[in-house]
Amino acid sequence: MNEPRGFSTGRRKLLTYAVSSPVMTIAAGLAVPSNAHAVPLPLMPADTVDYYDVGDSIVQFSAPTMPLVKLSVGTDGKVTLEMPRLENGQGIATALGMMIAEEMDVALSDVVVSSADAQPQLLYNQITGGSSSVRCFDPVLPVMAAAARARLVAHAAQQWGLPPSTLRVEAGVVIAPDGRSATYGSLTVGAATLPLPNALPKHPSQYNVIGKFTPRLDARDIVTGRKKFTMDQAVPNAKPTMLRMPSQIRGKVVSVNNLAAVKAMPGVIDVVVVPPGGAIVPRQVGVAVMAETFGQAWDACRALDITWGDGTNKGQSNASIFAALKAANLPLALPPLGALTVDGEFEFPAATHCPLEVECAIVDARADRAEIWAGMQTPIVALQATAADLGLPESKVKAHVIPSGGAFGRRLFWDPVQVAAYVSKATGRVCKLMYHRSDDIRHTRLRPPQVHKVRATLLLGSVVSYEQRIAAIRLDARHGYGEKFTAITGALPEGTPQALGNLGYEQFFFKTMVSSPYNYGVSTKVLTPVTFDWNTVSYRSVHIQPARLAEEIITDEIAKKMGKDPVAFRMEYLRLPRARAVLQRVAAAAQWGKAMPVGFAQGVGVHMESRAFTACVVELDARDPAHCKVARATIVIDVGKPINPSGIEQQCHGGLAEAVSLVLNAGLTIKDGLPQEGSYSQYHWARMKDFPKNVEVILMPNVGDPIAGMGEPGMAAPSGAIANAYARATGIKPRKFPLNAQAPFVATPPGQLPAPTL
Amino acid sequence: MPAYSFTVNGNAVTVNAPADMALLWVLRDKLGITGPKYGCGVNACKACTCLVDGHAVTTCSTKVSAVQGKEVTTIEGLANGDTLHPVQQAWLELDVAQCGFCQPGQIMAAVDLLNRTRNPTDAEIDAIENVCRCATYGRIRAAIKAAAENMP
Repeated sequence: MNEPRGFSTGRRKLLTYAVSSPVMTIAAGLAVPSNAHAVPLPLMPADTVDYYDVGDSIVQFSAPTMPLVKLSVGTDGKVTLEMPRLENGQGIATALGMMIAEEMDVALSDVVVSSADAQPQLLYNQITGGSSSVRCFDPVLPVMAAAARARLVAHAAQQWGLPPSTLRVEAGVVIAPDGRSATYGSLTVGAATLPLPNALPKHPSQYNVIGKFTPRLDARDIVTGRKKFTMDQAVPNAKPTMLRMPSQIRGKVVSVNNLAAVKAMPGVIDVVVVPPGGAIVPRQVGVAVMAETFGQAWDACRALDITWGDGTNKGQSNASIFAALKAANLPLALPPLGALTVDGEFEFPAATHCPLEVECAIVDARADRAEIWAGMQTPIVALQATAADLGLPESKVKAHVIPSGGAFGRRLFWDPVQVAAYVSKATGRVCKLMYHRSDDIRHTRLRPPQVHKVRATLLLGSVVSYEQRIAAIRLDARHGYGEKFTAITGALPEGTPQALGNLGYEQFFFKTMVSSPYNYGVSTKVLTPVTFDWNTVSYRSVHIQPARLAEEIITDEIAKKMGKDPVAFRMEYLRLPRARAVLQRVAAAAQWGKAMPVGFAQGVGVHMESRAFTACVVELDARDPAHCKVARATIVIDVGKPINPSGIEQQCHGGLAEAVSLVLNAGLTIKDGLPQEGSYSQYHWARMKDFPKNVEVILMPNVGDPIAGMGEPGMAAPSGAIANAYARATGIKPRKFPLNAQAPFVATPPGQLPAPTL
Repeated sequence: MPAYSFTVNGNAVTVNAPADMALLWVLRDKLGITGPKYGCGVNACKACTCLVDGHAVTTCSTKVSAVQGKEVTTIEGLANGDTLHPVQQAWLELDVAQCGFCQPGQIMAAVDLLNRTRNPTDAEIDAIENVCRCATYGRIRAAIKAAAENMP
């Protein structure tokens, strides 16, 4: 598929740009942080994340193949970028479109940002993660677009016999001082023959588009129902398929006892047992039903009489998992010193990403070729693994990346593609596979449950050490950098639940993401992955949200022990001026310290991540301590170079809702090796009533700092603020999450799907 | 299989389907109308919300037999040609959507609320249970209030 889906076909794109990548873009973050603050001891060892973070690694891995990314100008004047990333709601397509509109002086309505098919030649440059997408393109795309503009202008200048410097461009039209004009569309054919000119991107003082509130490119398609997600694709003869999954995580199918009866049900086309297997990561097993409609596939799934075999976590529960994690956690180095230490042990249960679009994929597997449609954060390795699964050369597999209904890390693995490919091959039909929400929550990949043990030591009125020991179920990172070489490295030795390669990635992510904003003297954070054969994957911000939440709670407890106000204490101990600036701003905007009604309290949190600095003050309604609600939130964020303030505010809202959910309301209950929750009525992701009615997001101005990532940094400051407000309002130390009481519910029996509520 | 006749977005349709098939699958799998989304199937997430005779229903939990002779409106049928409904217009002006997956259901729930009242309270907006995993709730609330002022 060369033409982007959903856009007019047959357009000639003649001016296609491939620009030498200005590689070494990573100067961002090399500035030495100013630690010059009097009393607190500087952080030791110095925080490596200040200098190099996971986003830098993706920027760096992406850079060499940036020249292969295509930007083209059609004869209709439309400018198209084939974006090698997954738009999943985070707004990257709009941000990149704005960069193009800015540099080329075209209307944003004439910019098309399409979703590139999997392109194995891009190697590591087609992974969507680490809040890195806009960071990857910021140093490259403006250069490409400026060069395209210069070439079009040069062609007009040549035609008119004028120096290019005398021409200007307005909305995709090149205009001469004498009034002659030519559209980009009319110039593109001739411009394509010209040599690549030297062109520099605009200085930020010249920006007309970047930095201005800009609605999403697909906004109108969304509100009219025209936006097509994977299950909305009109793939001929694709047959609805659902998969019923075992009674325990990584359980087995022993037998299907009524196969003939289910095959004879109305609308049923075929029933396929999906066995273990799969390249790089294990395939989800279960029993798939293909039918004429999803309703019939679901009915038939429910009617299956299956004997399930135990999974790899038989008997495990939240209690047994937490006990195992506590036993595995490394000891703290310093002994408890009574009044001189602040200690805490924190429990975070498993969480589900629960994007509103369930895991799904369409696969057409033939004897000699295959085609995939799915929302994939790592489409190259998905293509490569599918080729291996189907016994096809990689060149015979096409993978179309479909913008998805959320991702949050969940689509770093291609589980539904694996299953759909198997079923398509087994049935000889096009498989349109969709998981049921219940199994999507229970069986597919989760954020690992984890225990954090923290001890801060105070001496002579100063914090001299901060230790954090984290034990978590091992995080599956075998997607690598999104293609097979790094993925296979992560999967070695093959078939083991915790591969050494995976451990390497896991520790790399931890060390390049989790940092501390405070001068807490000798400070260590150590991750101990604990091997459970379980399906996990990075969840938005990976280890950061729980790690920084615990640190923000302990920070308030240190301040209390020292008799200091939480904001004043942080101003004293924050290492970096930009962190202090956002805190100062939020304290003023939220009127920190104002009188609160009985049962209410303010709470504060500060955070830095992906080169962004953010602080949050919330007002918590804790009149009923078992059902706390956030009444107001004030968030200040410094992203260095803001591209789209609309998208940045949306990511802050999303981060706030993550905090409301993960801190107060949402966690999974494991019982006999299976999460009990199976729907949004049981797993309490925030709804309208949970989201504060008063939310203010303040964006710090662009003063020339490097661009930050935005998908993940919005979670930790509100998380800390909510937990700290809870402690101040209730007097209870927040230790076990979620903090609110969980309503009892009747779980769907293990290994079964709920009945439709008809 | 019995036949059921009703209108969808102003067009008369007749479908052969079991009486207890959910309207969602009739719309999506038999009629190819993909605006209403599956999110849970058990009336929890509300992503499949459409209007039946002007009232919001979750189509995953509505039998096709229940809409015999009725008027079904999906997100695709909300605008009048190129003229958007005030709720859609407010959604654009406030840039409400993020991924967009829940938005057809959110918009139809908002239309239902504004059909019932031109002056929605925060409590009435809180009663909308449609899940938005991206959590654009603040803008949904603001857009509902903005649209209320432009309702015909």
